[in-house]
Parts: sequence; C-alpha cells; structure tokens
Amino acid sequence: MNLHEYQAKELFARHGLPVLPGQVATTPEEARNIATSLGDTVVLKAQVLVGGRGKAGGVKLARGAEEAYHAARAILGLKIQDLPVRKVLVARAAEIARELYLSIVLDRAAQLPLVMLSAEGGVEIEEVARVSPEKILRRHVSLDGLRPYQARSLFRPLLADGSQVSQAADILLRLWAVFRDGDCTLAEINPLAVTPEGKLVALDAKVTLDDNAEFRHRDWNLWRDPEDETPGARLARERGLSYVKLDGDIGCVVNGAGLAMATMDLVKHYGGEPANFLDIGGSSSPDKVTAALKIITSDSRVRVILFNIFGGITRCDDVARGIVQSLEQSPLAVPLVIRLTGTNEDLARKILAERGLSATTSMDEGVRAAIAKAQEVFA
Amino acid sequence: MSILIDKGTRLLVQGITGRDGGFHTRQMLDYGTKVVAGVTPGRGGEKIHGVPVFDSVAEAMAATRANTSMIVVPAPFAADAIFEAADAGVGLIVCITEGIPVRDALAVVHDIAALRKSPDSGRPARGRPRLIGPNCPGLISPGLSKVGILPGQICKPGSVGVVSRSGTLTYEVVHQLSQSGLGQSTCLGVGGDPVIGTTFVDTLALFEDDSETDAIVLIGEIGGTDEEEAAQFIKRRVRKPVVAFIAGQTAPPGKRMGHAGAIVAGGTGQASEKIAAFRAVGVPVARVPSEIPGLVGELLERRRGRRASARPKSRHAGRSLAASRPARAAGPKRTTAKRGTAARGGGRRTATRRSSR
Repeated sequence: MNLHEYQAKELFARHGLPVLPGQVATTPEEARNIATSLGDTVVLKAQVLVGGRGKAGGVKLARGAEEAYHAARAILGLKIQDLPVRKVLVARAAEIARELYLSIVLDRAAQLPLVMLSAEGGVEIEEVARVSPEKILRRHVSLDGLRPYQARSLFRPLLADGSQVSQAADILLRLWAVFRDGDCTLAEINPLAVTPEGKLVALDAKVTLDDNAEFRHRDWNLWRDPEDETPGARLARERGLSYVKLDGDIGCVVNGAGLAMATMDLVKHYGGEPANFLDIGGSSSPDKVTAALKIITSDSRVRVILFNIFGGITRCDDVARGIVQSLEQSPLAVPLVIRLTGTNEDLARKILAERGLSATTSMDEGVRAAIAKAQEVFA
Repeated sequence: MSILIDKGTRLLVQGITGRDGGFHTRQMLDYGTKVVAGVTPGRGGEKIHGVPVFDSVAEAMAATRANTSMIVVPAPFAADAIFEAADAGVGLIVCITEGIPVRDALAVVHDIAALRKSPDSGRPARGRPRLIGPNCPGLISPGLSKVGILPGQICKPGSVGVVSRSGTLTYEVVHQLSQSGLGQSTCLGVGGDPVIGTTFVDTLALFEDDSETDAIVLIGEIGGTDEEEAAQFIKRRVRKPVVAFIAGQTAPPGKRMGHAGAIVAGGTGQASEKIAAFRAVGVPVARVPSEIPGLVGELLERRRGRRASARPKSRHAGRSLAASRPARAAGPKRTTAKRGTAARGGGRRTATRRSSR
C-alpha cells in the first residue's frame, strides 16, 4: 500500500522526523481555515498517489488565507493522470537553501535494505539517476540497522557544516526506524531541505508499506482510503482475490498468479486484449468465483469471460459450483468460455453439463475460443 | 534420479493439524512420501492420518529422525517455524506459507545463510539447512517423493528438471511435458515472494550436477532480477540444455500481479529484459507455454547427437547427427565423405553455440 504524503508525514512525525505543520483539506473553505491557523505563507499539495504532481499544477504557494482558498479551489478541480484530486495538503512553507535526497528501499537482489542519498534532491531526481547515477550514493544496511557514526560518515561528503551532518544523521536513523518498525518497502524524503538558517526539514514524504505485514499494524486500515479504490478493486481485496484492471475486452478468471499472467500473455499472443488480471487464489470456494464474476461483469468493456483453472489445491468442482451459482443469481450478458483441468475435473464437467455448459481441457483452445467469441460479439 | 528429495526423504509437517496441513499430509502419504511426524505446539500426542504429532520440532526430530520439514503454518508464525526447524537441525526446510512480511523473510534468509557458512555458531543443533520458499508449491521427484502441494498425478518420472517462481503455471507446464512424453527428474517451485531462500541460480547448480537430469525448464516471471542472474549463471556454468518461459509480458508497470515479487518497478523487472537476457546466452525462450515441450524435445535430441559426436569414432557421430537432422541427412549428395564433413560442421556449430553462451 502506498501512503499519501500527509499520511506519510504523520508517520514521520510520530518517529520524531522534522516535518512542517500542516493539515489536509477537502474543500477550499477548509483550506482557508487551515491557512489562517498556520499564518504566513503556505504550500498546497494535491494528495493523489501518482508522481508528477508539481508539473500537473497540483502544487501551489499561497500568501495568506484568501490565496490559499483560490489555490485549493484550483487544485481540487484537477485530474492528475486520470485521478480526480479529492484532498489537498495545506502546510507551512519553508525557505529552501539546498535540496537533498534520502531514501531507504528494499534491494531484493542483495536481500538487504539500501540507503540512497544525493546532494541533488528535488523534482529532477529521476533524471539525475538516469544521467549521472554516480551522484547518488548507495549503501546497503545490515538488518541490525545503522550506527550513528555510519550515518554521519554517509553525510559528511555532502554537508560542510557539522551541525547539519548531525541533523542529517539523526534523520537517517529515524527514517530507518520508520522503515523497519513500520514494515516499509520504501521510505523516501525528497526533498530533504536545508533552510537558509541551516535547519533540515522533510518537505515531502513517500512511503510504501508491505501489505503482508498488515496483521501487526492495526492502524493501517485507517489509512486505506476507500475512494482511492474502484468498487471492483475493493470487492477483490475484501474477498481475498487479486485483481488488476486492464484495457481489453476479454475478462480472465484464473487460479494462481503465474498462470493468470500467462493467460493474459496468451490472449495477447493470439490477437486478443485481456480486460484484467484476476487470481482467485489457492483454496477457492464457490463464493470466490461468484465475487470474481461480479467484479468482471462490472467492467462494461468485457465482451467474453474466460475461466482458466488448473486444479491443484483449487478443486475444479468448487469452481464449477461457483459458476452455476452465479448464473442462477444473475444470468450473464456475455458469453462464457471455460477451461478446466486437474483435481475433481470430471465432477466439475458433470456439474457444468447439468446446466448445459461445457469446458475445454487445453489452455490454448480456451483462449482461442474466447477471442473468437469476443469477435462474434463485436460483429 | 532427482535433486533434494528422494526415497530417503523423511518428512515432518509443521502445522499438520491445520486444514491445509492435514489435507496435504494425506496427499503426500498417498503419493508415497514418508511423512514421519507433525508439529503443532500444544497438540503433541495426537495423530493425523496415522502420523504422530509433537509439540516441538526438536522432539519430533529426536523421535523420528526426520530430515526435511514442510511448513504450512499461518503467515504470522511462519518465520518462527523456520527458525525452529533450522535450530533443530533440519536439513531441508520447505515453506509453503504465503503472505510472510518481507522483514521476517529477510531475517530468516540471512539466518539460514549464516548457518550454511558456519553450522556450529552456538546453535542447539549443528546443520547447514536449505530453505525453499516462502510462498512456494514445494517440490516433487516423480515416483519418489513429494514435499508440498503440487498435484502428483500430472508428473511423470524422467530427466527434465523444472524450476519455477509460480505454482499453477508450473502445473500447466509439467502437465504439457508429461503429455508429450517428457518426464521430470524433479519439479521445484522457488516461490513468488521478493525474498526467498533458494533461487533459480541455486537450483540450476543442483540440476547441472544431477546425473539424471538431462535438460532444464526455467519458468520465470516479471519482477526482480533473478532471471537475469540465472542467465549469467547458465553462461558460466550450465552445460545442459535450458528452455525458459517468462510470464507477465503484458503486465502493466507499477502493478503487483498477485505475487508480491511480480511487479515491474522503476523500469526493471520487465519480461522483455529477461527474455533478452536468456536469448543473449543462447537459451531459447518459449513464446507460449505450449511451445516448451517441443523446444525441450529438440534440445534433448541435439544433446544426444552431441554426446554421440563426442565419442572417439567420428564416423559414428556423423550417423547420429544426421539421424537427428532428417533434412540434412536426406540431402541428395549423401556420401560417406560428405557425411564426415557434415559431422564436423555440426561439431563446429555446436562449439560456437557453447562459447557464445
């Protein structure tokens, strides 16, 4: 799960990282009130989970409450990469003398956390990484974390002033605590600003949480914004399905992530376009199948639904029962193509046959049949 | 033969009293696996499908001399179960559990790596454990033993080694191999998580050294760089033919495709890069799963031809090569002399192919 900047800053503040005071607003009036209470110059930032907010006009400076009101009104009307902006963060603005970059990320190849820092932070960091990667310092961290002297030595080449080195080292150690105790796979500060007075402040915050660790973080659920999810994605998450919407017209219901990806690839290989990735998981009950059909049929582009099931722990008869149950509840407006092989395959065929449905055994055949049906519907 | 598990495998199941633990214990017993013990804290003294249950791995080891453990406990307790198995001296630990936090996975993977380096480091039991998984389907040596959740009936004994990051996609490929008459030495799923104990490279090394494995099928997917590392390793060290397949060619960047490890992030982990890495070292990459058996069959034929050509009598080699390439053998100018030339030519091509790897 990716956190919004305002959520990540809350997490940072809890760990004693220096962030500037601010609050999130959903209306221009709220933004005006927050700006009044903060006084002085404020910065307004669109809270959407995509990059490039600044370039899309989602970040504005405002002097005083009235300017904040108008800036919030402009930002709250924006769509950034198709996402409507529903929230805006209003925070005290800082004067910036320098912008650094600091992050901790999981390096899966090395199987270790990796600290990255650069003297050239700011919006162009990806460009810096591409053009002059040597300007980004990389150090792996042992699972026990960093010692203060190690943190200081990392920053000494970047910062001339001793007090700034100490501040930066302290920030890195606290960011490490956020990363480890917070079960993050990414914790990033960009920019880590140095003010003209020589104080270091985290002006932005980006955090990705490891979804698998949710069982030990009860507060994560509060961070999940239902409006960030489409109804389909929400239903999928609640039912333990894995769903990613794509742009095609062939809806796919598959058991297992690898097979689901291979099914999408095969659809494309034979000239079709997959409408989604959907993994119903291992031990799939008939209810999961019903939920899967509900999610897929809510996508109006879908012209045909393809089941590709290789029974292992998943029992083919469970899937067949789920299909039959769904059809009884609400008949499908689009054709159905079913491929079944593996555990309890014969029983599944019997269940389907009683409803006048049939299933193929080959994945290639199933995919080709689905593409043919989609074209029929089109014609 | 096989890698890692065979008739000598004595299995204990951690989490045997759970729904999945009980079900798969039954399946493994039916397949012929020697399941000698189960472990669930607080349930010692019970029996599941005739298998005695113990309170701890150490007790189970003392009573049954198990050498392999399969872990099917819920994710919050899985890392602890792995530590317990490692401390008790279990040699092979297979973690099926899905959804383990990456922080926990890092801790166990580093601990096991340290144990493999210095097995004596003050632990209760001496051992160099190997961890497979987490989030994997386990492994099967057809006809000998099965440790995990792969459906045994789709496998067939033979000489193809299969290694994969996926579960059901592995079944799909194994099924197609078996149907084409290509049996398997061992099929192993390394797991779909970003941090895993045994990698493609580790498994390739085992298959390369296994006298009964003649060809290897590697099933990768988007995310990470394990496939690229595997390609480099094949170039350096693997002489057996390898066929690869990469799932997720149509996956959009930035989205997690079910597996925690399957995500194209920051421009790396794309299928196209992985496919290019394999092709660059001479490993054919199937475009679709159904191409895999044909490619394996072809490479096995060639390998048999190559083996024959490596024999001291080159004339014999010529015949064997010609037999595996009917088009060439059926050419109009088929004389003894020409056949010799063809054989040497074939040999050179082989040499080029190998050195280009």
